[in-house]
Formats: sequence, C-alpha cells, structure tokens
Amino acid sequence: MPKIGGVCRHVRSKNAGPFWVTVDFFFDSEETFKRYRDSSALGGDLFARLFGTDARLVKRVPVDRLHMIKISYPRPHPQGWIGERDMHSGQQFVRLLEVDIG
Amino acid sequence: MTDKDGPPGEIKIIVPTGMLGAGVERDHIRYGIACGAHAIATDSGSTDSGPSYLARGVSKMNREAIRQDLEVLMGEANRAGIPLLVGTCGTSGTDAGVDWTRDIAIEVAGELGITPKIACVYSEQALAELIRKNREGKITALPPLGPLTDSVIESCEHIVALMGPEPYIAAIAAGADIVLGGRTTDTAVLAAVPLMRGAGAGAAWHAAKVAECGGQCTVNPRRGGVLMRVGKDAFAMEPLDLGNQCSPESVSAHLLYENSDPFRLTEPGGILDVSEADYRWVDNRMTRVTGSKWEPMPYTMKLEGARGGDFQTIMLIGIEDPEVLANLDEFHDRMQHQLTSRITRTFGAAIRFDVSLRLYGWNGTSGRPVPAGTPPPRDAGVMFVVTAPTQDLANRMAKTCNPYFFHMPLRAGIEMPSYAFPFTPAEIPRGQVYEFVLNHVVRTRDGFELVRTEWTDLAAKAGKA
Repeated sequence: MPKIGGVCRHVRSKNAGPFWVTVDFFFDSEETFKRYRDSSALGGDLFARLFGTDARLVKRVPVDRLHMIKISYPRPHPQGWIGERDMHSGQQFVRLLEVDIG
Repeated sequence: MTDKDGPPGEIKIIVPTGMLGAGVERDHIRYGIACGAHAIATDSGSTDSGPSYLARGVSKMNREAIRQDLEVLMGEANRAGIPLLVGTCGTSGTDAGVDWTRDIAIEVAGELGITPKIACVYSEQALAELIRKNREGKITALPPLGPLTDSVIESCEHIVALMGPEPYIAAIAAGADIVLGGRTTDTAVLAAVPLMRGAGAGAAWHAAKVAECGGQCTVNPRRGGVLMRVGKDAFAMEPLDLGNQCSPESVSAHLLYENSDPFRLTEPGGILDVSEADYRWVDNRMTRVTGSKWEPMPYTMKLEGARGGDFQTIMLIGIEDPEVLANLDEFHDRMQHQLTSRITRTFGAAIRFDVSLRLYGWNGTSGRPVPAGTPPPRDAGVMFVVTAPTQDLANRMAKTCNPYFFHMPLRAGIEMPSYAFPFTPAEIPRGQVYEFVLNHVVRTRDGFELVRTEWTDLAAKAGKA
C-alpha cells in the first residue's frame, strides 16, 4: 500500500490562526495528484482519528495548478493551551506520512 | 533588463520584510526607491507566536531590533519623501504596542535629525463597547467557536479589532509621513497606498496578500523583501535583491501559507477571490498576475482577544541510563502516577492541578504512543510541567515533586538513581498560561467606527522648543 509520505514530494503543516491547522500535500506528479485529488482516504475521518478533530469541520481544497491538496482542521484545543506541545503546529504533518493512502 | 519605472500609473510599494524587527537591508530599500516607490509598508505583528503577547500587551520583538529597522526605513523614507506605514505594532497591535513603537520612532527621528508627522491609529476595543455590540447582535462567531457571551468578553485582558486600509489612507491624505497602526490585517497595510492612488482593488489586495511575509513569496526567502507593482488589472511582484526571483510558483504558492482557503480570503469590507488568477514570468526576476477579483461586502472587522489562566512551573532532566531508555513508556506511566499522587497527598484532593511529562527523544513532540519495536534512544530529555491556579502553588508543587522526579527508579528494588538536572534550582517558574478566546467578527458602519487616530507632529514640537 502506498503511504502519504511516498506519493507526496512534500507535506507540511502550520497554524492558520489560533484555532485551525492547515496541512499542504504536494504530490510528486500530476498523475498521482489526480489519483488522490478526491480520494476518500484523505477525508475528515482520517483527521478525526489522528488529531482528535471534528470530521465534519475538516475543509479540503485541491489546487490543480500546483498539484496539491490543502486540508484544514480545527485544533482540538486552542493554540497555547496547558497541554500544548506544538505551538505553531509545524510538526503535526509527521504522523500523516506513514498513513496508507490506498 | 526590465524598465525599472514600469508602466505608467503603476503604484509601487516596498515591502522590506515580513515583520518589522526581522532585519532590513538599506541597499534593498534604495533599489525600491530608485524604481520610483510610492511608499514603504510593513507588518509588525502576528498571532502566530501565541496568545501571551496580546494578553500581556508586550512585543515579541526586542526594542533594539525594532529600532534598527526603523532607523533604516525612516531615514530612507524621509530622504525619498515617501510615507512609511507599519501595521500591527508591538506584535499584537494593542494600544500599548502602538505607543511603544511610536516612542522608539520619536527617539530614532531625534537621532536622524528628522521631524516627521506621525499618525497613530488605534484599534484596541473597550470591553463595554463590545458587550453592547454583542447585545445588538453585531458580533458573529467563526467556526469552530460558538456565540459570544458577556463573560467571555469580560475575561479578556485585551481585545483588538483588525483594521482595514481606510484609516491608513485617511492618515496619509491628512499629511502623515509615518503611520503606526494597531492590529491590522497583514494585507490592509500593504494595500492601502495602491488603493488610495487608484490601483485596481483585486490587484492591490492580491499583491498585498502575496507580499505579506516579505521575501517568503520569492525563490530565496532569506534574501530580503519585495517590491509590489500594482496596476489597474494586474500586478507584478519583484524581489528587492537583484539576485533573487519571484517565480510564478513562488508567488502563487504563498497563498497556501497559513490560510485555510487559498482561493477566497475575507478582508475588512470584502473578499479577495484569486481562483481565476493567472501567473506568468515578466522576465527572469518578476512575475505578473492577472485575474484577481475583489468582491465588496458589508464592512466587518475580525476580533482577537486573549485571557490569562493558570500558572506553570517546569523542570527538566536528562537520562542516558540504558535500562530506563529501554523502558520509557513504563517509566513515564510510573512517574506520572507517583507525581500525581504525591501532589494530591500534599495539597489535598480538592486542588486543581495538572502534571504533564514530556519525553523528548521518545515522543515528547506529539505525546502519541510509540510503535512497538521502536529501538530505544541514546538520550532522552524529560520535561515536567505542572499547572496550578497560582505561580506560587505551581512552584510549591514542583518542589514537592522534585525528589521523585530526580530519583525515581524504573522499578521498586532498584538502587536509587539520580537523573541529570541541567539547572539549579531545578524548578523554573514559567508564568501564566494564556488563551485566545475570540474568533468572531463585528459588523461596523465603515472602516473608522472602531478606530481612533492621534497625531504627533515632530516639526511642530521642534518649532515650539
């Protein structure tokens, strides 16, 4: 099974304001991008499972020109809460890399 | 070579950096001025670094860094006779942040021997005024937050509203040489002069969005800021460094950065729609963009508010003992249990506290379970974080935990180990935990209703002296 880290040339995560995290998936070719552009493997459920977010609020925007998909989800706790481990959410993408994407 | 002046009617803005205080190059500013720049504009804030700066009303950047950049920007703007605009002064754009930046600017002006007319535009909000707006139904929540209550507004240390370009335009029209703004959208401060001078709204807002982080939209972000060249239906983005490039990819990719929607961005008074935008090389250094659209909407301003909560104290140990490193999850759970029960026994079960142990080198960054079979690390750092209602309590709880944190063996019956403290005293009071509590917009009559402008005319002051 191909993994996200294998089909993307670059994956990154970053805070988008204090209440959201945005993840950019840059695919390694137009062909792979097309294959996963609307794939359910990158749906809200995946983000609910890995990040504890509300699957219904997950936003997904494919950017055809750049062969990338942007997926944003609300943080389960706002930035800076007492259990904060990643203030800028810059390391959140790592747990996605090993996910089987089918 | 490109014609430096560009087409007639093009409005040119120097964006020297993504954040005042990050460092600016005098040569870059001079290049922009030689191209015929109409203004220098920069942002000086962000919510990125967390709620502490807004709650405390203090700057993330140090005074010396702001001073150094202002010295270059004020000197060059004065020499060229063009205005300087700074948005979101003092990181969070509180009134105190604007005043702090103004005082530095006055000091710099004195040293440079110049006498600019400075306009300060403030957008910090009185809590009572916002409670009134909320009761009038003028405040709307943005997901994931729900409707706003009076008690949430009252809990905030500071609330700021994000300004649009209008107060900057009005200040420059009234003769300001320098405009220092409170909280403003990154885009508005850069779009202000192009909009004022008749550039197209779609092109002006889109150019500003691309340039908001300075050199981030260039191929080599370490090499300085950019020059926005804004026309009626198009704009071009050019790096200020002659060896750098703004490529169609670097320019278009910037809209992905820190936005949840890369095609439609809500700004005060409208929505920028870039879904039809087209990006093309002009020459080997700059990219031209067409097709950006601006849809005017009823005026809204986003609100940001932060409050203070409990207090934290931390301790840190290093571990190289291979026996412990081979059983880190077991070690974590045992330590967590011992420290929690130690605090409860000492302070009573009724007290509110939280103990968290973060194993750096193992799973400290995520806190997630480590897959079975993962080899042990050679070294691990364990950070202890206790959260309690006061700093004093948090400190006392850390002291109570200190002997256990320092000496707890992996299992009962093992000779007492001593882990590696890097500091003495071991406990470090970390301060208060702050929280952003607003993600709401307020509808206003226009871009001025929640904004106040004050003037400092250094020429008039010098005349009186």
